[in-house]
Amino acid sequence: MMDFSTPPFLLLERSSVRRVMLQVMLALLPGIAVYAWLIGPIIIVQLVIATLAALAGEALMLKLRRKPLGLFLTDGSAIVTAWLIGLSFPPLAPWWLIVVGTLFAIVVAKHLYGGLGQNPFNPAMVAFAACIVSFPALMSQWPPLGFDVSFADQFQLIAGLVPRIDVMSGATPLDAMKTALKLGEGTVDVATLLATRDVFGAVAGRGWEWVAGGYLLGGLWMWQRKIITWQAPLGFLVGLSLLAAALWAWNPQQFASPLFHLFSGGAMLGAFFIVTDPVSGCTTPKGKLIFGLLAGLIAYIIRVFGGFPDGVAFSVLLMNLCVPLIDMYSQPPIFGLKNEK
Amino acid sequence: MLQRLFSFKGGVKPETRKTPSVQEPIGQAPLPARLVVPLHQSIGGVPNPLVEVGDRVLKGQAIGGADGWVSAAAHAPTSGTVLAIEDHIAAHPSGLPTLSVVIEPDGRDQWIARTPVDHRSLPPERVREMLRDAGVVGLGGAVFPSHAKLTAAEAVPVDELVINGAECEPYMTCDDMLMRERGEEIIRGIAIFRDLLAARRVLIGIEDNKPAAVAAMQQAVQQLGEDYQVVAVPTRYPAGGAKQLIRVLTGKEVPASKRSTDLGVQCFNVATVYTAYRALAHGEPVISRIVTLTGNLEQPRNWEVRLGTPLRDLVALGKAKADTDRYLMGGPMMGFELPSLEAPVVKATNCIIAGSPTMFPANPPEMPCIRCGACADVCPHELQPFELYWFARARNFGKTQEYHIFDCIECGCCSYVCPSHIPLVQYFRFAKSEIWSREREKNAADAAKARFELRNAREEREQAEKAERLARAAAARAAEKKAAAAAAAAKVANAVAEADSAASAAPEAGPAATPSAATAVEETVSVTPVAPATAAEPETPAVSATPKAPTTPVAPAFDAEAVKKATIVAAMERARAQRAAVQPKNTEQLSFEQKRQLAAVDARRAALQAAESATAAAAPERVTRPEGPAE
Repeated sequence: MMDFSTPPFLLLERSSVRRVMLQVMLALLPGIAVYAWLIGPIIIVQLVIATLAALAGEALMLKLRRKPLGLFLTDGSAIVTAWLIGLSFPPLAPWWLIVVGTLFAIVVAKHLYGGLGQNPFNPAMVAFAACIVSFPALMSQWPPLGFDVSFADQFQLIAGLVPRIDVMSGATPLDAMKTALKLGEGTVDVATLLATRDVFGAVAGRGWEWVAGGYLLGGLWMWQRKIITWQAPLGFLVGLSLLAAALWAWNPQQFASPLFHLFSGGAMLGAFFIVTDPVSGCTTPKGKLIFGLLAGLIAYIIRVFGGFPDGVAFSVLLMNLCVPLIDMYSQPPIFGLKNEK
Repeated sequence: MLQRLFSFKGGVKPETRKTPSVQEPIGQAPLPARLVVPLHQSIGGVPNPLVEVGDRVLKGQAIGGADGWVSAAAHAPTSGTVLAIEDHIAAHPSGLPTLSVVIEPDGRDQWIARTPVDHRSLPPERVREMLRDAGVVGLGGAVFPSHAKLTAAEAVPVDELVINGAECEPYMTCDDMLMRERGEEIIRGIAIFRDLLAARRVLIGIEDNKPAAVAAMQQAVQQLGEDYQVVAVPTRYPAGGAKQLIRVLTGKEVPASKRSTDLGVQCFNVATVYTAYRALAHGEPVISRIVTLTGNLEQPRNWEVRLGTPLRDLVALGKAKADTDRYLMGGPMMGFELPSLEAPVVKATNCIIAGSPTMFPANPPEMPCIRCGACADVCPHELQPFELYWFARARNFGKTQEYHIFDCIECGCCSYVCPSHIPLVQYFRFAKSEIWSREREKNAADAAKARFELRNAREEREQAEKAERLARAAAARAAEKKAAAAAAAAKVANAVAEADSAASAAPEAGPAATPSAATAVEETVSVTPVAPATAAEPETPAVSATPKAPTTPVAPAFDAEAVKKATIVAAMERARAQRAAVQPKNTEQLSFEQKRQLAAVDARRAALQAAESATAAAAPERVTRPEGPAE
């Protein structure tokens, strides 16, 4: 169908899928750096495991689908997915859990739906959801950051060479807060909980809040570089804070502040790296805002009232379902037809 | 006075690469050994050739007459002889041939009688006609006949006349140089368009990367004491698109579904204005244009080139570098690769770019769309190109129309930024042409259906008419028989007295049948059953009938016969005429070439017949012989 040579004959040289993906990886670096600073190089090991699994899965599927390996293996999309999985899974999860999650993301969520650009669901979130449903215990073991555990011990743990002991694994601050409030049945209030600084840090979780800050920084950089637009992340953060603020204002003893929610769990990673996924997210400006807002609201409901430690993955997947509808009804008016209808 | 500027969304900023071709003034391209002037150089009707092979033509002589209102004439670019009127490869991506007049220059470059006119002394209708007959078309590249854009909308006065000197395509500098060197003539020419449209304000938009042109135009405006505003607009492709420039200068947005005059604005390219001025004030039709010759050349420059100059001759002036592997016509954003340098320069040839593999590297491999929306960000018409792409790919053309594919101006911004290197514009052209061809097919099918239904109706009517004729003939025969019987009866029983009732019945039957039959043909089929009824009725009284006189019934019967015959003949004649009118004549929409072939065949036949009659006259004994070969 295509001619041999077609206009425009000039192309923006710095524009390519690989470049987009590289910039996303670059934007993840501040968060990864803080993460590694706090927990040690074990997180890098996890990212490497995820990357290798993703590339292997990608290569296998490309081969099966008879697609050019070199072109698609180097586009960076599989690596971004792998990193998002590595960062959203517990850092001391056994290696095979990371591999299973990543392969599920690449093989099922991505390639079975048609590969790059075709997946209706965010592959990293599909992996998270699949694993937390299948391996709830392993997916809920989050070590408190900042405790000195040697790299060798951590490595043995993820390699499955030593039995998993309770000291190494706790709950996320978010989960801890929810459980404490539930068990306390009105006798425990948020303020006293937050006073336990080794768990909750300054605002939302010792160490974790700084990792979230790293994601925020990377996200703002992506926005400034116009890789992402402001609508989806802001919508998500606003959606999350709005409900949090309302309930917090109504009952500050039983509901944590919006700030706590913004900096705990996967909020920042989700806001800047998950709901901004162009393939599975909305594409119109208004649609992105709606997508973000609703994803934030649902995430809050699931993380506060639901049974899972965090709600970002499920809320994003639910919103992925709504994308075609939202996009269809949020088409922006075009040049010259803005005053029609 | 400061002009408030608006902005259009989107757009891109490719490297302009305009400097090399503005170092030298506009050069006069030499007269080539042969000129190939395509007759069809504008949007609209294909001009008919006005000259014959062997004719001597003068410079500026019309060689193709405008066909219809949206069409523009073509002219001889120099004096010389018409060598051929034939199909010749055109400057078009398809490389398809188009009917062209080949002229061999005589070197004298002798003008026709040029009569300058003042457009103010002529009625506007006449001025528009003159522009059409001078071949004035949009020289920005769209080549739409200018006179057809010079009528204001009925209810909307033209507030602004926008003169487009933006020239946003990279490499292209022909308008820049024209404004620098011939600004005064452009400014004078604007008055023609302003007066025809009765425009209130004139805004001249030039991208701010052309300060010399802005200064030249400002100076010309001041010198001539006009109140036009020369406005430097921000350099951002496609600021030179008519709709974008109108938006930037007036804030008005013209959608695809409207004409710009509906919004009280109209836009013309500076080169178009210049040619209109030359056409009226100097009597010189459009026979040349400024062409930027640039790119991978030793000597990039702007040339004033006669239309019809083979591109090979033009390109030779630039001295291509060794690694030149292709030539583009138009800019690198919207232009196309020339299929052959044998094609001639036409009115749409604004720029020729010599390209090399390093200048225009091969497109990187196409990747899947990741819906990043970069294309939507740069679309100057605020479309969602990736949505259109998905629909076009899925051949969901209805959806592409819902998403306003026809508002796409094919500027190429989306393809330019696409990180997946998808040739988006090609998908949109594909979708548009599919929609057009489907519409054409549908129209053809509708026409065929209408023809079929018409034919069925005609056949039914003819059958009914035939039945009626038969019935009438039967009635006539019956009447004849009756008359004969009556005559016989009259002879046999002449003395029967009681003939009152029968005498009154017989004349009644005769004339009553005749007028009803006559009107039946004229009117409708529903009359038909009446005829047999009236024919049958007289039978009963006829037997017992005893007419008073033997001669009187016979004469009306003969009369009735004649009237019926005449009616039948008339009806057949009408049917034949109707059939002739209904049947499509395939000789109506012939191309010039087909007409010429037909004329040649007719001429041969006439010559043959003349020869035959000559031999027949010379040898009357062999009269029958020539009929053999004639068949």
